[in-house]
Amino acid sequence: MKLLEINNIKKSFGDLEVLKDISVSVEEGEVVSILGPSGSGKSTLLRCATMLETMDAGTLSYCGEEAVRDVDGRSVYASKHDIKRIMNYFGLVFQNFNLFPHYTVMKNVTDAPIHTQKRDKAEVEQEAKALLDQMGIGDKLDYYPCQLSGGQQQRVAIARALAMNPKILFFDEPTSALDPELTSEILKVLRLLASEKMTMVIVTHEIEFARNVSDRVVFMDDGYIVEQGRPEDVIDNPENERVKAFLNKLSK
Amino acid sequence: MKKQSKSIIAAAVLIGLLIPSTMTACGFENTGTGSLGWFFDVIVQLSAGMWASLELFFLTLIFSMPLGLLVCFMRRSRIKIVGIIATIYISIMRGTPLMLQLLVVYFGPYFLFKTPLSTEYRFYAAIIGFSLNYAAYFAEIYRSGIQSVPQGQYEAAKVLGYTHSQTFMKIIFPQMIRNILPAVTNEIITLVKDTSLAFAIAFVEMFTLAKQISAADSNIMPLFVAGLFYYIFNAVVSSTMRIIENKLDYTKR
Ligand SMILES: Nc1ncnc2c1ncn2[C@@H]1O[C@H](COP(=O)(O)OP(=O)(O)OP(=O)(O)O)[C@@H](O)[C@H]1O
Ligand SMILES: [Mg+2]
Repeated sequence: MKLLEINNIKKSFGDLEVLKDISVSVEEGEVVSILGPSGSGKSTLLRCATMLETMDAGTLSYCGEEAVRDVDGRSVYASKHDIKRIMNYFGLVFQNFNLFPHYTVMKNVTDAPIHTQKRDKAEVEQEAKALLDQMGIGDKLDYYPCQLSGGQQQRVAIARALAMNPKILFFDEPTSALDPELTSEILKVLRLLASEKMTMVIVTHEIEFARNVSDRVVFMDDGYIVEQGRPEDVIDNPENERVKAFLNKLSK
Repeated sequence: MKKQSKSIIAAAVLIGLLIPSTMTACGFENTGTGSLGWFFDVIVQLSAGMWASLELFFLTLIFSMPLGLLVCFMRRSRIKIVGIIATIYISIMRGTPLMLQLLVVYFGPYFLFKTPLSTEYRFYAAIIGFSLNYAAYFAEIYRSGIQSVPQGQYEAAKVLGYTHSQTFMKIIFPQMIRNILPAVTNEIITLVKDTSLAFAIAFVEMFTLAKQISAADSNIMPLFVAGLFYYIFNAVVSSTMRIIENKLDYTKR
């Protein structure tokens, strides 16, 4: 089943056309990496998919439910009520974590499921503990975000997103704000999630990671998807000149 | 923190003992102006004013802090005219002297509607004038506090399904409060001293009384006592605020 389907999305900021015509879909259990040079529109694509930005044209649906449809070439959003329900299908992990600094680790993870999904408190807390254990921070439940390393904060952020039981999880450069030695601990968590068949879309600059973990690599440049396919094809034998140039620059 | 409040109390006691004893040492009589008995008499007289000052202080805080939040919301309103009204209100309140505003609130009804000026209204006018003025300052403090919360907090809240009001109450407001505490402390300390401006509408508070007694007895001591009162009051306010700041500071736990 297609968990995410985006068709012909367009997005401009003023005169700057950032997404020109992008269509992409993600199957259940698939891990998709998005690569591309800085400014190519990767974050904007993720922000449109997670409805943090409104798209100008194109459609967006999750699990076959239409969040954004197309009317005469313009994007039209579903009702507030429908959007609220659809928002439960996905989670987003930010580059700079965006944890709530005034909440403990535990409350960061449990507050939304309890108060926005109205789930049972005891059950959510039990789940959260298991999740944080799995992330290797089960001993930090009562800590505040400022007392944690960047890598630990990002793991809390991942646990927070997972606690909402999303069907698909988006990551926008989850390791870019981290020191190299902390990067590997986050990549380990992502590998673990991939092995559990969590559906993920990951914007990353970690080529090795993208090659090893993703089922599909999408390469973006200048508001378009210029190449996509199996990692061994796109990363090891790219056809597009720009992809070749980008990968060459990185490997140097 | 504990040390601080202890040393403040110690200083207060010391000054309280020092003033009368230096007075006797300097050859003041035991009765009449300048004597110890007179000194305590002054304190008793001043205490009525102290009470009035405290009342003015607390009532102003109770009314101006929520009112400021309302003005802050108005200022951030998506409805343009509401935002403009709030902006004008803030600029007038901050751009004209508080004393003038007190006079307007006190004499305004009299000049407009010829309502008689009562002593009772004097008290209300002081509370209204102070609250209106301080609401404007608090509104600006709140606004800077809200702006200091990073955009990412709103985005995280949105993705996690919080409604607008939940986002404000649970995520933004607590962070805003923490961020504005130092500015609020400043404002409260200013308010302690500003209460003395109520003399402009002949509201009998601490400072007005001290001046009267001082003039009647031709002795400057009552003014010093008033100064001491403000000083101790502010010391209590600062240390209270510091305790609150530490309680709320999640970066220091
Ligand atoms: N809110 C905004 N307002 C105006 N311009 C924006 C906004 N957000 C992004 N842009 C512009 O859109 C373009 C694409 O930005 P985007 O963040 O999507 O790139 P990216 O591929 O994620 O880059 P990076 O790898 O550096 O994160 C950039 O030129 C950026 O300046
Ligand atoms: Mg980006």
